Order: sequence, then structure tokens, then C-alpha cells
Amino acid sequence: MSIAIAARFARRELRGGLKGFSIFLACLALGVAAIAAVGSVRMAIETGLSREGAALLGGDAELDFTYRFANDDEKMWMQSRASAVSEIAEFRSMAVVEIAGEVERGLTQVKAVDDAYPLLGTVELSPAMELDAALGSHAGLPGAVMERALIDRLDLTIGQSFALGTQQFHLSAEITREPDGAAGGFGLGPRTIVRTADLANSSLLAAGTLFNTKYRLDLPADPDLAALETDAKAAFQNSGMRWTDARNGAPGVAEFVNRLGAFLVLVGLSGLAVGGVGVAAAVRAYLAEKTNVIATLRTLGAERSTIFQTYFIQVGILSLIGISIGLILGAFAPLLLAPLIEARLPIPANFGIYPAPLYEAAIYGLLTAFIFTLWPLARAEDVRAATLFRDALGTSKLLPAPRYLVAIAIALCALIGLAAYFSGTWLLTLWTSGGIAIALLMLVVSASIIKWLAKRGGKITKGRPAWRWALTSISGSQEGAASVILSLGLGLSVLASVGQIDGNLRNAITGNLPDVAPSYFFVDIQRDQMDGYTKRLKDDPDVRRIDSAPMLRGVITQINGKPAREVAGDHWVLEGDRGVTYSEKPNKRTRVTDGEWWPKDYNGPPLISFAAEEAEEMNLSLGDTMTINILGRDITGTISSFREVDFSTAGIGFILSMNPSALEGAPHSFISTVYAEPKAEAAILRDLAKQYPNITAIRVRDAIERVADVLSGLAAATSYGAAATLLTGFLVLIGAAAAGTNARTYEAAVLKTLGATRGRILFSFALRSILLGLAAGAVALLAGITGGWAVSTYVMDIQYSIIWPSALAIIAGGVIATLIAGLMFAWGPLAARPAQILRARE
Amino acid sequence: MTTPVLSLKNATLSLDGNAGRVDILHAISLDIQAGETVGLVGPSGSGKSSLLMLMGGLEQATGGSIHALGQDLTTMNEDALARFRRDHMGVVFQSFHLIPTMTALENVATPLELAGVKDAFERARAELTDVGLNHRADHYPSQMSGGEQQRVALARASVARPQILLADEPTGNLDGANGNAIMDLLFGLRDKHGATLVLVTHSNTLAARCDRVVRLEDGLIAPQQKAAE
Repeated sequence: MSIAIAARFARRELRGGLKGFSIFLACLALGVAAIAAVGSVRMAIETGLSREGAALLGGDAELDFTYRFANDDEKMWMQSRASAVSEIAEFRSMAVVEIAGEVERGLTQVKAVDDAYPLLGTVELSPAMELDAALGSHAGLPGAVMERALIDRLDLTIGQSFALGTQQFHLSAEITREPDGAAGGFGLGPRTIVRTADLANSSLLAAGTLFNTKYRLDLPADPDLAALETDAKAAFQNSGMRWTDARNGAPGVAEFVNRLGAFLVLVGLSGLAVGGVGVAAAVRAYLAEKTNVIATLRTLGAERSTIFQTYFIQVGILSLIGISIGLILGAFAPLLLAPLIEARLPIPANFGIYPAPLYEAAIYGLLTAFIFTLWPLARAEDVRAATLFRDALGTSKLLPAPRYLVAIAIALCALIGLAAYFSGTWLLTLWTSGGIAIALLMLVVSASIIKWLAKRGGKITKGRPAWRWALTSISGSQEGAASVILSLGLGLSVLASVGQIDGNLRNAITGNLPDVAPSYFFVDIQRDQMDGYTKRLKDDPDVRRIDSAPMLRGVITQINGKPAREVAGDHWVLEGDRGVTYSEKPNKRTRVTDGEWWPKDYNGPPLISFAAEEAEEMNLSLGDTMTINILGRDITGTISSFREVDFSTAGIGFILSMNPSALEGAPHSFISTVYAEPKAEAAILRDLAKQYPNITAIRVRDAIERVADVLSGLAAATSYGAAATLLTGFLVLIGAAAAGTNARTYEAAVLKTLGATRGRILFSFALRSILLGLAAGAVALLAGITGGWAVSTYVMDIQYSIIWPSALAIIAGGVIATLIAGLMFAWGPLAARPAQILRARE
Repeated sequence: MTTPVLSLKNATLSLDGNAGRVDILHAISLDIQAGETVGLVGPSGSGKSSLLMLMGGLEQATGGSIHALGQDLTTMNEDALARFRRDHMGVVFQSFHLIPTMTALENVATPLELAGVKDAFERARAELTDVGLNHRADHYPSQMSGGEQQRVALARASVARPQILLADEPTGNLDGANGNAIMDLLFGLRDKHGATLVLVTHSNTLAARCDRVVRLEDGLIAPQQKAAE
């Protein structure tokens, strides 16, 4: 009964239109739209990846080996199950061009293919031609194709020749699209494709060289991939084989998109929280306007529940409208922007309307609206009939009834729980929620402190009326100060945190690292080349340091006789193969933290020295045994020491080192880092590359730039999310400024009557905005610095220092935003004639 | 002797404000009989409206007791008071307090709707006809004059046939002619339905139309009035 009446009253109340609710609707719509859009783009990419899984992978399934080609048994297994098999070898090398005595070198990611490649899709080339034709012989040289970035870098033109190792190739065309290009993930150099057979005389792919082989299988229609995977893993257990199939053709990319998407949704949730502040302010303002109506209804006999339901239904309907607008925007914006987004994506995306992300966004929107509106709504039922003839004199309670507080708490838990469920990352969700909660709490406390300070400050502004008016309007404002500081402060806090984290990460990678990092990494140095290599560098006065180590790759398969993952879980060290080295004695920079290094000329059972930090994470102890599969052979050793390994300087760091006799016999190459003066770098590269064409040089500065580029993309994506939060914050600001217009109009009318000029009044209004903006900016900065420090120190393990340009920009942004929002609504109060205003009040 | 419709015993009202505690009414004792019309007069700030609100359960007394139709209003919670008003009282305000988003008809029907009356709208229309506003039934308050709005408010107060009518300066916002018309209507409705009427007014002429006049000064019933009782 009560609900039916409440619904009828609500319908009548809504006849007043949506006036006063534009900010409410905009806040909710924007928050929901941002989350729906991020979710829709993520879904589009995931659908694209799964639909194009086989094409991305280059086959229905792929078996990946490190360091070696598949043996006959393995090849037999593949051929017996697949209708076609394609073999690919991938490795890094240097492409070298010599034109008129000038030599140019560029790091390239070589893909050596067979005739069957590509099993699926086509390699698109410019000028247009078949891959077969492009890789065929041209004027006695085997053909090759290359990506534009490398062609430009080497200053090559199509038809010219270049060398890989000791083999010359004819550049036939530019690669414009590689169907399986995204599956490989992050590469340090642009792609070159050649035939594997043409590398026979290149002196590349020798024993011990770092290379991977991939066998793509074209399977009969509707293969049972899961069963085949189980079968393969059983057949090739501990062989170091890795399995990928079309169910997830680009696992690295899928994982990355998933994580970035989840993170952006969490950023979107913080935007929704900012919107919630605006929504709550709008509901409070609306109910304040409706006080007389509520009191009248109470006089006429309406019970508290009828009042609550009447306004709950109204706010519910408005929330549904706001959420619907948000969903429409969030669903269609990615569709409209699809061409732009697709152009920037290296992977296929299948844009469309996906219900799942829209449901997710709608649920977030509903819960946020519920959480932020229930408090003011609950207080509406406390409006007493006596309000009609007496302003709420000493009647308002601070807290709503406990049942509402419980409902808010349940909704909050549901929101956090759902966010964690949808994002799949409990820890990140809890950190983000905790961050938002702490920031909100800080902002609420700051708003009170600022009001208190403004009250105190009023006393020291004698003779400066504009200052006093500004301060008293801050200290006396019921809603304005808190709304401005909460909404803008929260938006700026998110942006400040992103700025601080991004800046510190960038500093860690591009700031100090190039100073402490080596100039070059040289890989694939053959054992017989080591003496000549070392001599060239030792004789160079500009070389400060050379670190060299033998390098093998192996998969840790067992710990203490049990499968490694059973013992140490999903630790990153167990993911795929790791570099393994051997050494007679610890080098000068190694610090053994526990146990003892093996004696000189030790020739007993294999012993292992393991990285101390990782050992602790994996619960390893001295005396534990570990089985490592190297080149298909199992080697079991005992951990005899732990040592510190510092990965932060980009020098050589091996998790696992063994005594020489355990590994010396296995085919392997050497890895070396060279620390040289920048002026000597070019000559070192020229000499070594000329003398040893098979060696690959990786310039560390180039690698750092590539990583920094990827980070910039990430920071940009996060900044867009934070910008949506800030835009919502700005909307709330506009709402607060608009809500204060009546009060300011009256204030201006009285001040003008008393002789204040418009300039002076405007100055006071501007001052009010600036002070509030400064306060919000300062609190946001504190929150951002705290957040940045916490993430840098505890999550990223990098040194933290305040990024001042970003910090100052945040404060300036706060001031400018409040000033704009404040001044947007200043003209009305200034222009109004005092007589009209004052008469209307009587 | 019959039981009074309204009975106040040592009723006091104090409120906490920013400037501290304000004593508004001091130990008011007053009985009003069924069918009686009582005028509450006194200077501004004497506590007339506050006394009327105590009688309507719109304000909680801070001391003493207030009985209406034999029930102690001071022991009821806000919802019980709301239901009591819905079933037994009609209130008219100086500022009309019509709900702006409802038409005249809907405003009048509201108390009946809240009481769950099935033919709320038919009865509301009849009541509007009684106050001469049938033709304005679908108009909103903002489309009506002050006099018309107060007539709608009168219809709303009397539509549920309350035993007690409370009117707080119902002509205070109206000009003389409109004010007189409203008072005629108010007394006419009271006569027609036999309700007890308590009227707050500044006007001695209006007060004179009542059976009894109670004068308040500084939150107390003035002595001459007590003597007259």
C-alpha cells in the first residue's frame, strides 16, 4: 500500500522535470560510460583474439622449444596428428649493410621459416608479392623481407642486399602485415623473415646459440585441443616444450589486455566514486528544496516510510536514466572510435555491442548510486512537520538510522566484491578501494580543517573585506566547500598518483639506469671467439668493465624430486626456460649470503648457487635438490649456496649458477656486457661485428627506449582513465558552483547595497575558488605522493622521489578548475539588481 | 462534564538553537471542548503558532502532557502522530503549503490517499466544488492566486472530515477581501462538519468570531484570559 502511494507521489514529484538533476545524471552517466567503454574495448579485443586465435598463432597449435630443433620422436608425434606442420626458428641477430664503404648495423628479430609458412593467413608485402617469391633466389642471393623500421634504420632500398651473420640476402620487399606477428609479444628489434635453409652458411644457429623453434600444427577440423595438449605434455614431459593453441593464440597479449582492462576499470570506479560525491550533493540539494513538501506530507499524515519510498523511487528512476545514458555512451563510443582504436592496435579487435561489460558497468552504477544516495535519502524521513513553520532549529541528526548504515555497508562490500570478481585481481581491487577510501577520508577531514581555518582566518583579515567575504563563505558553506574538496580532490588524487608512479618508474628506467647499465649486451659469442673478443675490449682504454659468462637455457622441472610447481607454485622463475650459467668461483660483485661456493676444480655431483631473494620466495633451503632440463637432458644438482643477484642495473644476473663440470660439456655460447665510454661504443660495435658476424649486439639504451615507449603507452592509457575521473570531478564542481548561485546572488545584492563594487565582489568570488582549489590540490598532492610512494616502495621496489613538475601541475590544475567553475556562475549574481533580489527574499 | 477534545497540562516547549536554549512556551494548561472554536491571539513571538503545533503533534512538547481525543500525543512517535493527524486533524497554514508538483485535485486527495480511501479523487473533487474551485481542479498551485491556493488548502484540511481543525494565520498572506472570504469558508466548513477549530490570528475581528479567545504573552497564557475562564 505504502509503496503504491509512494510511487504515485514520486511520479507527481517528477513532473517538476529533471531541473537540478543535470549534474546528477552527468556524473552517473560519465562514470558508467567510462567503465562500459573500457569493458567494451577489452571485450572487442578479447573476442578478436579468440576468434583470430589460430591465425594469430599461425596454426591450430604450437610447440615451442628453446635452443634446439625438435628431435625425430617429437617430429613424428606432430606429423602423426597434424595435417600440416610448419617449422620456424626465431632469434636475434644483426642485419648489416655495407654501402660505399659505410657500414650500418641494426638489431633484428629474425624469423627463419620453411616452405609451409604461414599455415594460416598471408604475409602481406610491399610491393605486393607472394612470400614464396620474395624469399626465393634473386641474382644468386636468397631473398628476405623486413619491417619498415629496420629498412629505414639501415637506409636500405628494396632490391639492395644485407647480411645476417656471414650470409648475404636480397631485400625483396617490406613486411606490411605479419599474420602471426602479435603472438610473439615484446621484441627488441624489428622483424626480418628468411628461409631457414638459407641460413646454413650464415654461422648463425650454431650449437649454443640462443634461438627458439616453433612448430605450428594445422589440425583436422574441430580438434580437441585440450586433449591434445594433455597428450603432448605427457609425451614431452620435461623436454622444455611449451604448448600454445588457438584457444588463446596470443597468451601474452591476452593477459596484458586483461590486466590493463581490469586496471582501467578500477580507475573508472574511482571516477564513479567522484561521481558519487556529485550524486550525493545533488540529492542533498534536491531534498533540501523539497523540505517543505516533505513536511507538508508529514502534516497530512505521511509516515516516514512513505516519505523515504517516495524519494527513493524518484532517485532510483533518475539513477536508471543516468545509468542508461552512460550505457548507451559506453556501448556506442567504442563503435564510433573503432577505426581510430584499431589503427593503434597491433592485434585484431572485433568491435560490437557486448552485453557483459554493459551489465558490469550497470551494476557498478546502481551500487554507486545506492551507496551515495541512501544517506541523504535516509535523512529525508527525519524531516519533521514542524519544519514548515520553523527552520530546522536543532533538529538534524548527523547519522541516519542504523538500518541504512548497514545497507550502505552491504552495498559497499558488494561493490568491492564484484569489482574484485570482475577484475580477477583481489589484491589490486582492495588496494584501489582502500586508496579511494583513505583519500575520501583525508578529504573529508581536510574539508573540516579548511572550514575551521577559514573561520579562524576571518579574524586576521581586518581591512581586507574581499578576503573576509571569501573566507566566511568557505567557513559558512554547508555543502560547497566539502563538495568541491571531495570531488576535485579525489579526481586530482587519482591523477597525482598516476603522475607520481609513472614519473618514478620512468626515472628508474630512463633516469639512473643508463648511467649504471652497460653500453652493450653481446650474445651468442662462441667459446672459441671469447679470447679474441675479450682481447679487443681489454686493449681499449675507453672500456671500463667487461663481464662475460657462459649462457645456457634450462627449465627447472623438479625440486626435491617433486614437480617444481607443486613445491614452489606459480613463481615466475618456473615460467618457461631461464638462463643458467656456470662459474668456477664467484665473481667480484657476487655476495654469497648463505652456504658455500664449490671448491676450485670441484668435480663431484652437480652443485647449485641460487638467487637468495627468489629462493626465499620459493621456500628453498640449502641442501634441496633441483632438476634442470637443459637441451632435453635432465641435470639434478644440490643447492649449496645462496647469493645476492641485483637485476636493477641491467647487468648480467643469473638466477641459477652451477659448478663448471656440470655444464661445460653442453653446447653453449657466452653472454657479455661491456661498460664503455659513449664515444667508444660505435668503434667497439664495428670491430666486433666485423670480426664475429654471428654475434648479436643489443644496445642497452635502445632497449631502454623500447621499454620506456611501452611504459608511455601504459601511462597514457591510465591517464585517459584518470582524466575521465577528473572530468567527473569538474562536473561536480560545476554542480557545486551552480548550487551556490542563489546564496551568492543574495550575498552580492547585500554587498552592493552596502557599497561594494562588482570588481571587489568578483575578486572575493575568485579568491574563494582559488583557496578551495589550492586546498583540494594540496590534499590531492599529499594523497598522490603517499600513493606514489607506497606503490613505488612496496609494489615496484624502486626508489621514490617526488616528481615536482607533475605535483605542481596538479595544484595548478585544482586552482584553474575551481576558478573556471566558480567564475562560470559569477556573472549572474554580479549582474542581478539588488532591489529585485532583496524584494524577492521578503 | 464532557472530556475535552484537546487538553494541555503544564505543556512546555524549549528548543536548542545556535544561540543556546530558547524557552518558547511555559507550563501551558488549556482545555478545548468538542465543537468549540478558539482563537489564539497575542503579539509576534508570543508562542501562538508553537502552541498550535503542539496541539497538532507537529512539535514535541518538552514537558507536560497534551491529550487529543483522549490520546496522549507526547507518548506517540513521529509515525503514530502522522497517522493520528491523517485520521483526526486538518491543518491550514499561512503560507498554504500546497505541493507544487501536484494539481489542486491531487493536493486535496493526498490525505485520503494516505488513509487508503478508495474514492479519494471523487471526494476530493466534491470538496473542491464546496470551496468553489471545481474548475481549477487540474491547475497547479503556481497557476492559482493566493486566495485560490488557500481555498485548496482549506479543502485539503477538511476533506477527511477531521474532528479537529487547526489554522495558523490562514489569512496572513491574503488581502482583506480574500481574507474575509477564506474566513467565511473556514467557519462555514466547521459549521457544516462540526469540527473543533483552533485558529491563530493577529486580528481581533477574526478572533471575535470564535467562541473563546486565548491570549498569549511571552509563552504564557495572559492573566486576564485566565481570569475570564
